[in-house]
Amino acid sequence: MSTKILSRPPAATRAVEPLPTRPRKSAVGGGLGSKLTVNGLLILGSAYMIVPVLWLLFASTKNAADLYGTGAYSLGTFALFDNIKHVASQDGGIFFRWMANSVMYAGFGAVFGGLISVMAGYAFDKFQFKGKDSFYGIVLVGVLIPNTATVLPMYLLASQLGITNTMWAVLIPVLCNPFGVYLARVYSASYVPAETLEAARMDGAGPIRSFFSLGLPMMMPGYVTIGLFQFVGVWNNFMLPLVMLQNQQLLPVSVGISIWQGYSVPLPEFTPMVITGSLLSIIPLLVAFILLQRFWKSGLTSGSVK
Amino acid sequence: MATSAITTTVRTRRRTSSGTGGKSAALFLTPFFAVFAVAMVAPVVYSIVLSFYSQQKSGLGFGEAKTTFVGIENYLQVLASESFVGGIVRLLVYCIIYIPAMVGAAVVFALLLDAGVARARKLFQLLVFLPHAVPGVIAALIWSYLYTPGISPLVQALASGGIQINFLDAHWVLPSIVNIGVWEWTGYNVIILFTALQAVPREVLEAARVDGASEIRLSLSIKFPLILPALSVIMLFTIIGTLQLFTEPTIIGKATSAVTSTWVPNMWAYDAAFIRHNLNQAAAASIIIAALAAILSLAVTRFNSRMNKA
Repeated sequence: MSTKILSRPPAATRAVEPLPTRPRKSAVGGGLGSKLTVNGLLILGSAYMIVPVLWLLFASTKNAADLYGTGAYSLGTFALFDNIKHVASQDGGIFFRWMANSVMYAGFGAVFGGLISVMAGYAFDKFQFKGKDSFYGIVLVGVLIPNTATVLPMYLLASQLGITNTMWAVLIPVLCNPFGVYLARVYSASYVPAETLEAARMDGAGPIRSFFSLGLPMMMPGYVTIGLFQFVGVWNNFMLPLVMLQNQQLLPVSVGISIWQGYSVPLPEFTPMVITGSLLSIIPLLVAFILLQRFWKSGLTSGSVK
Repeated sequence: MATSAITTTVRTRRRTSSGTGGKSAALFLTPFFAVFAVAMVAPVVYSIVLSFYSQQKSGLGFGEAKTTFVGIENYLQVLASESFVGGIVRLLVYCIIYIPAMVGAAVVFALLLDAGVARARKLFQLLVFLPHAVPGVIAALIWSYLYTPGISPLVQALASGGIQINFLDAHWVLPSIVNIGVWEWTGYNVIILFTALQAVPREVLEAARVDGASEIRLSLSIKFPLILPALSVIMLFTIIGTLQLFTEPTIIGKATSAVTSTWVPNMWAYDAAFIRHNLNQAAAASIIIAALAAILSLAVTRFNSRMNKA
């Protein structure tokens, strides 16, 4: 786990490919065959990844009778809009409430949890202080403790304090992102030159001023990446809200849908609603991922290729 | 990770920072450590305390519960519980199937993607990463339908091919849940490994090609050893992640009785807290799970740093 790879942008090595075609073809031997094999396997692997999502798409256009009656990828009566209507009207439109809750919890974690992590990572990178290594060691221990291992303890404490079943029971834990601190330290080291800060200090800017007017803007791509990962983490979290919240009005969409699934086990006519709700609930994240490719790729790169 | 912390520190120490580091650092670090104390340290400490006590109801169970100090009694009870130990064994079996399957698939896919003849790399990267945008709950839901006879095109196709599998029976449900994990996590790790592969020096590869090494030989003897550091990080996070197993079996458990309410340790702890209402036992179980995770993480980290030194 050396930091060597971190500081080098890996894509750059790829940029200059020295006339690969001729030597490569001869080495491969019968280029066409291996081309077909490699790309065929890639298509196969990708198919495994997208077929379940496509199934969800097809299934959400069907009513209950067609869902159980027609072939999975054939179209029955087109009932998508009926299904959406059903999702929207169930329990007084609670589905949209759940979506809004998810956006709020995940957005709060991304913006504020991200900022807290960025500040801490920046401090670990840029300031010298006593006990720095020990403090950073604590952060790393935090990275290694699985989330779910602390969910029940958090519930036990929260119920002692009487804050279960309030949104604070979810909002406070999502601010804590030790891995974000780790990432932020890496970003701070590679995006914010010490000389710039030194110059700002000479000009009389205090540490807070130089963070908000220089450090933070320079680290913006890192902040977005950390925020994005935190957003996804919170959006996908199931156990924490399941444990903390009983009031249906406070649930995020993941827990809400799982409750609907519970209805649909004895009552299959609810199944299209569960399927359509699932589809609607993944659209925001799918769109975010497609639009923000640059950021999640950079996050995975600096986070894990240590 | 410890090593990277040290290298970074050494690098920063060369800079001539101002003497006010301590004060400003405190200002920047306080929010994080405050949240950390509230969301991680305090709950764990409170649970440890709770785990040494027991609530005893007097007589027929009416009236005030009495809290008594019982020492490690709760831990002994949890560890003596057949269902808890069974859950740990099941988790172990899950790991043994899941980790080689997922990591193996990720390595193969990343190597394919990096092969000279691969096309449309960006598109493939996006497609394999897609499942990661699907929350665990929804992934488990989709697959639970894909496992259900009558709805599933998969079961139907296999049946018309003469293969009758009930993915949700006691025999198949574990591999079925493994498959959900593989589906969710392979693409994520493909991206990490693919990035590591791109950092492999192209000159080395070209030289080997000129010497007549085949694409497969290149992958196995040059590329694979060079991505081992990335692979060891993936192993670490995969093991930590696997210990968290909760969402998928909980969702699948609604569709089949083969997944009991105490199927894995996390479900056992949940069941203790919310079904059996024994918070002290739930606390003890959570602490055992956290301790297991800590020990495993430490072991893997040690192993990794030794591997990297060698």
